[in-house]
Amino acid sequence: MTLDRAVQTVYTMWLREMIRFSRSKSRIIGALSTPLFFLVILGTGFSSAFQVRGGGTFDKSYLAPGLIGMSVLFASLMGGVSIIWDREFGFLKEILIAPVSRFFVSLGKAIGGVTTAMIQGILILIIARLIGIHYVSFWGVLAGIAVMFISGIGFIGLGIAIASKIESHEGFQMVMSFLTMPLVLLSGAFFPISNLPAWLKTLVYLNPLTYGVEALRYFLLGNSTIPVWQSIIVLVIFSMAMIALGGKLFGKMRA
Amino acid sequence: MLYAIETSGITKRFDDVTAVNKISISVKPGELFGLLGPNGAGKTTLISMLSTMIEPSGGSALVWGYNVMKDADAVRQNIGVVFQDTTLDDRLTGRENLDLHGRLYGLDGKTRKERIKEVLSLVELTERADAIVKTYSGGMMRRLEIARGLMHHPHVLFLDEPTLGLDPQTRMHIWDYIKKLNKEEGVTILLTTHYMEEADRLCDRIAIIDNGEIVALDNPQNLKNSLGGDVITLGLENPGDVDKLCNSYQKDGCANIITQNQNEVFITVNNGERQIPHILLLASQAGIPIISVSLRKPTLDDVFIHYTGRAIRDKEVSVMEEVGYKMRSRRK
Repeated sequence: MTLDRAVQTVYTMWLREMIRFSRSKSRIIGALSTPLFFLVILGTGFSSAFQVRGGGTFDKSYLAPGLIGMSVLFASLMGGVSIIWDREFGFLKEILIAPVSRFFVSLGKAIGGVTTAMIQGILILIIARLIGIHYVSFWGVLAGIAVMFISGIGFIGLGIAIASKIESHEGFQMVMSFLTMPLVLLSGAFFPISNLPAWLKTLVYLNPLTYGVEALRYFLLGNSTIPVWQSIIVLVIFSMAMIALGGKLFGKMRA
Repeated sequence: MLYAIETSGITKRFDDVTAVNKISISVKPGELFGLLGPNGAGKTTLISMLSTMIEPSGGSALVWGYNVMKDADAVRQNIGVVFQDTTLDDRLTGRENLDLHGRLYGLDGKTRKERIKEVLSLVELTERADAIVKTYSGGMMRRLEIARGLMHHPHVLFLDEPTLGLDPQTRMHIWDYIKKLNKEEGVTILLTTHYMEEADRLCDRIAIIDNGEIVALDNPQNLKNSLGGDVITLGLENPGDVDKLCNSYQKDGCANIITQNQNEVFITVNNGERQIPHILLLASQAGIPIISVSLRKPTLDDVFIHYTGRAIRDKEVSVMEEVGYKMRSRRK
């Protein structure tokens, strides 16, 4: 396949995701409202109830990077796993029978999904700013968006890999609850990870989302427990591994 | 290249079931070829192998000169496929579905635009082109799928049960489109069906397939003729004349087969309608009064029963599948 066709394939799959995304307004509102509820309600509740170690009240800004990370996780996993829907409703056959490389098909799907995840992440970033959360710098925000991209690619690759292996859409619900909740809760989105008991710390450090949240926290708020260069390295390795795995499994997929 | 599709001993086994057993067919370019058989006969499996969706377990197949296993991409570029179940993206408009298809097959912007216009007018969907597919009826979705299958000017088009689950009127429309595109676009068509009438009306040649094997292959007329011709039934006033009448037809030699019951005589002849005057003349010469005459042309049903030893469960199957199809499209 020529380079031209490869680019065209990626673009086609991206375009489809964009058209579908623009038509699902309720999905966008739903996807935005969950993290915002967390931010406003949980943030206010935490600040009124807890004192930070060493005095001072809990600052709800602390939650913002975690919730952005969470929405990127949801959106990108969904983007990958939506292949199950494509199979259920037949469109997957149309893609699988086209004279194009499966790898570029899944890459296009991934870039499409990550675009929607970033749009959602950026919207939350903006709304959070409007309700009074301060970011350290403009460049920090740009770097944060780059982090969304890298971690989004990783989770989409994971989603595609799972979708290629799952037989039915019933399995999808199970995966979503068994995967997303632990990933979010074990990511340090809601609590600092510096003073955890050993068993929890191990789990948190094995969770790729932790590094996404930590990197976002560093770039947006200026502090993090894990050094930012470590987070970036882990994220990049995770994303490359997942997109390779997703591409490989999708290549073997049957409609 | 002599044939658009050529298979030799193509076979597909699933675990311990042989879905397609050593089938060899040759379809000429421009031909409208039908695979007729009951559900589970192996039609869809055969189409899936020819369209590179699944790999054969044995034998080989060439589609437009390319090997389906070694040259899958070249095969894909040259074929269009309309699957049994819908494979449209129902959140997109008809035009968007066609446009994405054109992009995947490497058509440039100008070609896509022109071609979308052509295929839309071919299936008469121009006016609804910008509506979301979800709002389409079953017949419109099928027409859009056919249009999409034609977008990239395929040489060979596979249609898997193209009118399954559609009402009789829509079915006739789809038949018109299929004939039209076979003629106007010159595209070779391989279709599967379990509707006798569909195979009879559309196909240049028909392969009757049962239990993964081809049991008969010819054009519809020859298949029907192979049963010995048309059946003329004569009703007699006098049951006592039956033997006498049979004897006189026997002597004349005009009939291929002669059978009788109490007061009726059945004669199987070629060109039934031309034979009726002669048959009646013989009867009046023998002085035997005839009270009724009827002519029945053998149908593909008869052919099917002849070759497989049982009738296709047409009604039962189609109702069940119709329900399945509707449920599928509703779940979205």
